[in-house]
Amino acid sequence: MSATIARPGSLHRQRQWTLWGSYTALSFFVVVFLVPPFYMLMTSLKSSAEISAEAGNPWYPHSPTLANYMTLLGSDSFMRYFFNSVWVTAVVVVVSMVISILSAFALSRMGFKGAQVLSTGVFLTYLIPPSLLFIPLFQIVGWLGLINSTWVLVLLFPTLAVPFATWIMIGYFSSIPKELDEAALIDGASYMQILVQIFIPVALPGIIAATIFAFTISWGAFLYPLAYLYSADQVTLTVGIVRDLIRGDVFAWGMIMAACVIGAAPPIIIYTFLMDYYVAGLTAGSTKG
Amino acid sequence: MADGNSIGYGETALVSTPRPRVGSMRRFARRRSLFAILLCSPLIALVVGLQFYPAGYAFYLSMLNRKMTGFVLFDNFTFLMGQDSFQLVVFQSCLFAVSAVVFKALLGFILAHLMHNIRGQNQRIWRGLLLIPWVIPLALSTLTWWWLFDPAYSALNWTLKWFGLPSIPFLGTVWNARISVIVVNVWFGAPFFMIMYLAALKSVPEQLYEAAAIDGAGAVQRLFFITLPMMRNIILITVLYSLIVTFADFDIVRILTNGGPQDGTHLFATYAFQVGIQSGNIPRGAAVSLFMFPILAALAFFVLRDVIKRNKEITA
Amino acid sequence: MAQVSIRKVVKAYEGNVQAVKGIDLEIADEEFVVLVGPSGCGKSTTLRMIAGLEEITSGDIAIGGEVVNDVPPRDRDIAMVFQNYALYPHMSVFDNMAFGLKLRKFPKEEIKKRVDDAAKMLDIAMLLDRKPKALSGGQRQRVAMGRAIVRNPKVFLFDEPLSNLDAKLRVQMRTEIKKVHQLVPTTTVYVTHDQIEAMTLADRVVVMNHGIIEQVGAPQELYHNPATRFVAGFIGSPAMNFLTVKLVSDNGLYVELADGTRLAVNPARIDRYKPHAGKTMTLGLRPEHLTETHTNEKPGTAYLDATVDVTEPMGMETMVHFFIKGEPVCARVDPLTVAIPGQILRLAADMSNMHLIDNDTNKVV
Repeated sequence: MSATIARPGSLHRQRQWTLWGSYTALSFFVVVFLVPPFYMLMTSLKSSAEISAEAGNPWYPHSPTLANYMTLLGSDSFMRYFFNSVWVTAVVVVVSMVISILSAFALSRMGFKGAQVLSTGVFLTYLIPPSLLFIPLFQIVGWLGLINSTWVLVLLFPTLAVPFATWIMIGYFSSIPKELDEAALIDGASYMQILVQIFIPVALPGIIAATIFAFTISWGAFLYPLAYLYSADQVTLTVGIVRDLIRGDVFAWGMIMAACVIGAAPPIIIYTFLMDYYVAGLTAGSTKG
Repeated sequence: MADGNSIGYGETALVSTPRPRVGSMRRFARRRSLFAILLCSPLIALVVGLQFYPAGYAFYLSMLNRKMTGFVLFDNFTFLMGQDSFQLVVFQSCLFAVSAVVFKALLGFILAHLMHNIRGQNQRIWRGLLLIPWVIPLALSTLTWWWLFDPAYSALNWTLKWFGLPSIPFLGTVWNARISVIVVNVWFGAPFFMIMYLAALKSVPEQLYEAAAIDGAGAVQRLFFITLPMMRNIILITVLYSLIVTFADFDIVRILTNGGPQDGTHLFATYAFQVGIQSGNIPRGAAVSLFMFPILAALAFFVLRDVIKRNKEITA
Repeated sequence: MAQVSIRKVVKAYEGNVQAVKGIDLEIADEEFVVLVGPSGCGKSTTLRMIAGLEEITSGDIAIGGEVVNDVPPRDRDIAMVFQNYALYPHMSVFDNMAFGLKLRKFPKEEIKKRVDDAAKMLDIAMLLDRKPKALSGGQRQRVAMGRAIVRNPKVFLFDEPLSNLDAKLRVQMRTEIKKVHQLVPTTTVYVTHDQIEAMTLADRVVVMNHGIIEQVGAPQELYHNPATRFVAGFIGSPAMNFLTVKLVSDNGLYVELADGTRLAVNPARIDRYKPHAGKTMTLGLRPEHLTETHTNEKPGTAYLDATVDVTEPMGMETMVHFFIKGEPVCARVDPLTVAIPGQILRLAADMSNMHLIDNDTNKVV
């Protein structure tokens, strides 16, 4: 610090400068980073005519309209994508969380032979990207007769969500003092009672974080539905928008962007209300321990 | 300790004691081990059946001929290595992953520091805004980028023109397209780095900086002698993890360029998709994916070293 | 009736490390027994074996006459208070205390009555709706005790319950625990590393070291008649002085200090010490038995001269530290005594309270 000459207030002034400098720089970055979502929203409010006319500033709609949204909400195929995404995600989140919570509890508290190998294995699978496995999986889901069935996603999405969700839960469960389960054991609780009545309520923030993670993964997944589903009535939102709304050269960009806004809305809404849990989930993997 | 470790000790110690008594408490303990494995069984089934088995199966697949009727051993690999278009894939994958991660790490570091200067509720709001790219499903935001890059209607080019600058064919030439996919990846991933670094910055005790300031360290010295060493682990883990994910990226290139122009932007994942799923040459597609394996395994090894340490602490 | 019997209990860990090396202890019904010793002495392991949280490698533990080696904790009818309280953070104080009763399917009114009674006794009746987070350390400790009391168990187990409290609160809670034991006389096993806690609370104190029991006895007995060098040094604060001496038989029996000073052995003890004459032994003398000289000394007083090194005025007494041939010694003198570093001070040793330790066996003779 250059506060050797102790002019009164120089320290304070320096801090003020740092603060305003940071705000200025951050404002710049926020503007840059928010260009795509902003443009997504703006385009979704334009009519096809306005877009193709190329008249003037493209950054805002000159005659805003909700027509794109109306068309989408009235479109059977789009509603089908949306509904598919909703039910797949709901099932995947529930299944993933049940698997993660049960195994995280066993791994962090019931220590058995191989617990360590298994928890390392879980983390390893978290590091296996879907793009390494989608070709052999293509064969496997083929045998199971699940090609072009939305159920294939219910089978496969948990492989993306469970490892990290388990990892988060192990972290949270391990931070619960051991004496708590010992007290419960002495109080007469069984392991299931300890899990349901003590661990789940105490680790609720972790469960929310892991649930958000599972939701985000399953809602936004792209590769598996693209690779294994081809009928319009089976695909989920991401693939539906990318593959079916873009037809030939007639880009209905207003509508595509409106679809993107609808697709991005659920994660953003959840994020807005549960930001702290979301962030906790993101950082859980590395800062704990 | 009431965990299974002590049960293990008990059993080994029994060898030296005269009469092994299998009482209800020991039965209870054994049942508990069994119960624990039962609780983990869905996880084990998932990991083994849908991750490890397909990973092993990929190796088998990659050694079959196109019709999958006979073994060709490593022909698929040697064929690919001799192909110009595949060499391009290797080059582009490395270029994409390394440069994207470097920029994400740098940008994330800068953002985290700026964010760290702001405290309290304000920080929450700014952090919230900057994390939005990470929240939107990548496929959908990439679609928006595509629209921003559109050759005829590009809003970015309109803006360049407004400033009197020449317009850019963002996805029109190989190098422009390469830079564009990197830009999209950095845009998407930098917030993640920011969040990780911010968490790390927060965990550095304030007293260290105060002590350093009293010792006469300037801002640069504090960065190099306190901040960076203290964050070393998180930086390393985040970079390694991001390298894996970026290296195996699919969504951005698939949507933005689909490998073009002239196959100049294909990554392993998109190329494998094109060869394996679209052209139906499953064995060769598997071979393309598997080229990622050694690199991913090396990266995973370094991440795991840290993770195993943590596991020991937890299960001990 | 809930006496606790510990017979030849061994706890061994992997690699044959023995935390508890075959201890025997009989605890009577309604007795308050304190296990005390330095960390790693096996006291907590013993307690956890009684609780059933830790398996017994060999030996037997019986509660109320019934061997419980293979009985899981919940069926042992015990209650335990932990060092970090282990309160369920998401439950109110009432629910924390009621949890064990609810699991045992007690009727609602019975649960309420028991919790209310215990809360009244512990003076936490007004806290029943609060969450543990909103309580102070002392209040949390009370809730943890309440949780144990409502169960009305055969045995109370306390695992260093006061260690997380500040000094003042610790003294207050100590009294509280004693009061509870008087109101609800229940067999109690209490683990602590603090010998003052052990002395003030216990009917009997069990001093443990390196996995074995050094001595069992009433607090006063341990203080006045320690059986081993370890107990002599562990009980009492400030700690007993240990001096290398030679037992000399020369016209009477003397202990000869390293600097040559001879202190006469109390005539009443001559017969006891005589067999050891001529040996090098260790003299144990508590600081309170090494004081300033008085005009009319008790019989059995010996004198020595000390060169004062450091003095610590404590208010009601002053501690004087000095060395005898390199061995540190501490004496407790009247605060009015003039003691300046460097000064030579004549001290009176109360030889009727001396202890003589055999250097080979480390036992007090």
